[in-house]
Amino acid sequence: MMQSNDNHGLRLFLRYLLLVLIAVMFAFPLVFMVMSSFKPDQQLLLDSGNVRAFLPVGDLSFNNYFEAFERAPIGVFIFNSVLVTVVTVVLSLFLCSTAGFAFTFMEWRGRKLAFTIILATLIVPFETIAIPLLLLASKMPWIGFDGLTWGWLNSYRVQIIPFIADGLTIYLFAQYFKDLPGELIEAARVEGASWWQIYRKIVMPLSGPVLATAAILKFLVMYNQYLWPLMVVQQEEYRPVMVGLQYFFQLNIAWGEVMAYLSLITIPVLAFYLYLQKAFIASLASTGVKG
Amino acid sequence: MASKFTVSNRSGWLMAGPSIALIFGFILLPFFFAFGLSFTNQRLISPNPTEFTGFDNYRSLLGLGILTLEPIKDASGAIQMKDGAPEFPTVRSITRNNPDYPQYAGMREWFNFGTSGDSITYVLARDVVFMTAIVNTFLFVIIVAPLQGGLALGLALLINQKLRGINFFRTIYFMPVVVSIVVVAILWRIIYDGNNGLLNNILSALTFGAFQPVNWLGETSTAMGAVIAMSIWQAVGFHMVIWLSGLQTISPTLYEAAAIEGASKWQVFRYITWPGLKNTAVLVFIVITMQAFGLFSQINVMTKGGPLDSTQTIVFQAIERGYGKQDISGGSAISVILFVIVLSVSLIQRWLTRDKGAK
Repeated sequence: MMQSNDNHGLRLFLRYLLLVLIAVMFAFPLVFMVMSSFKPDQQLLLDSGNVRAFLPVGDLSFNNYFEAFERAPIGVFIFNSVLVTVVTVVLSLFLCSTAGFAFTFMEWRGRKLAFTIILATLIVPFETIAIPLLLLASKMPWIGFDGLTWGWLNSYRVQIIPFIADGLTIYLFAQYFKDLPGELIEAARVEGASWWQIYRKIVMPLSGPVLATAAILKFLVMYNQYLWPLMVVQQEEYRPVMVGLQYFFQLNIAWGEVMAYLSLITIPVLAFYLYLQKAFIASLASTGVKG
Repeated sequence: MASKFTVSNRSGWLMAGPSIALIFGFILLPFFFAFGLSFTNQRLISPNPTEFTGFDNYRSLLGLGILTLEPIKDASGAIQMKDGAPEFPTVRSITRNNPDYPQYAGMREWFNFGTSGDSITYVLARDVVFMTAIVNTFLFVIIVAPLQGGLALGLALLINQKLRGINFFRTIYFMPVVVSIVVVAILWRIIYDGNNGLLNNILSALTFGAFQPVNWLGETSTAMGAVIAMSIWQAVGFHMVIWLSGLQTISPTLYEAAAIEGASKWQVFRYITWPGLKNTAVLVFIVITMQAFGLFSQINVMTKGGPLDSTQTIVFQAIERGYGKQDISGGSAISVILFVIVLSVSLIQRWLTRDKGAK
């Protein structure tokens, strides 16, 4: 009896040891990033060769953060990213959910064909349409406060509008709505409720989980945008955070400032993730459960 | 549930219309545009009107030639020797301004098979860099798909245990997935540093100083491997979670039955877990493959395709041409080639993993 207990304890210990070692492998670059952001350049480079890289030791200060703010208009970049992300997420939730609603509950001419085409777009990687989309964006008309203008480059709209509707989000909504009780909707129609009322009063209140999933997915895509704004935004005033990084990679790279900037743009997302980790993991897993 | 209460043409289009229009305008239109543009000489900004150029873009990207050269013979017919070896005409003399070989004009040597017998065979390409990019991209996919899928499955099995605090570990393993690939790539650039990088120092400490520092991203032999390792580190948590949701669909009664029968751990995996994961496996590998073909951000941040084109990829080439050189038509042609590759590979995967038992 004693024997088997000891054995069990040892195996449990080894299991945890393995789990911890793997956790260290996943966490170390991020710990390194945060710790380095408080260190002066010289110490940062010396420390990066040993275990001190992961420890809050030596000459710690917020200097890197102050200097990073001096080097680049970080406030503008963060504002741009937050604006583009929030507007896209909100519009996407609204338009993709109404589309999912129409595809699931309503009968209309062209519904099946439109849905098939939307699902087919799932196999088109963004990378394959980026270049022709760049040409389109450079020539598209826009009616704004200053009348008709041509070309969408260097604007918020070029970062927002192409990403509002996508096949995956519509599919997620349609899939979720399919499992809602259809009789409820039909009964409401018989009672004389309008589609808009059904969407707002019956379906949306039941859609918390799918709204969270779609919002998290869109949030991650939009906040981490890199390739597209790299091509379509040259002006500082519209630059998002990932493209703003370029300011820190000039001749002499000040690594402390780089680390401060990376921490600044990453920690809020990580905190958000740690706070809502179950929802994050569930929503990303659900994108895999299509097949 | 089609009834007169659910039929509604006007409302249906009103609610789905905006999304349909956006997907049409920003996904389908550029998608078909790519095909059209690839047959022209369209540039982002150009004073000249766009012209139809047929397959020119494809020819200049994919053109290949095989050239076999005989040694140079002197007037008497004897092989001319140079430094104790037969002397061959240079490839340049064939591909540059040689009216006898118009089909090789403008090509460069991609690789050669070396001398066999007394002749040497070269494979020439019109665009050697693009060929390298295709090979590198396939290499990346072929290594990343099984490695990342397999490691993710290992992690999922590890995390699927009923242990106290397992949720904490799952949260940590998944963490890199929510961090931007750009941020991750910069962090790894420092870790891979050739002088005083973390990786070199860890390896050196583990081997008590026997390990010689390597400039991981600066050498042709290690750069792609370094990019691969970092990419797996970032994305493996995502696929772990997909495997995990597959694992949780397997009925616990199967495991209970196996325990009663006294099955070994390997038998349980082989006969219960793996068959139960078949659909998940197909999905994981198709998703990884599609993502891997889009390799761009890491390359742009870490190596810009170098050193010596050893990390060039298809998408990096498309962006460099279409955006960097403002050659929209060339970039579009590369996009079309990429799409055809992705589509063919995923069709092949689907065919290979089709449900053979199904009627």
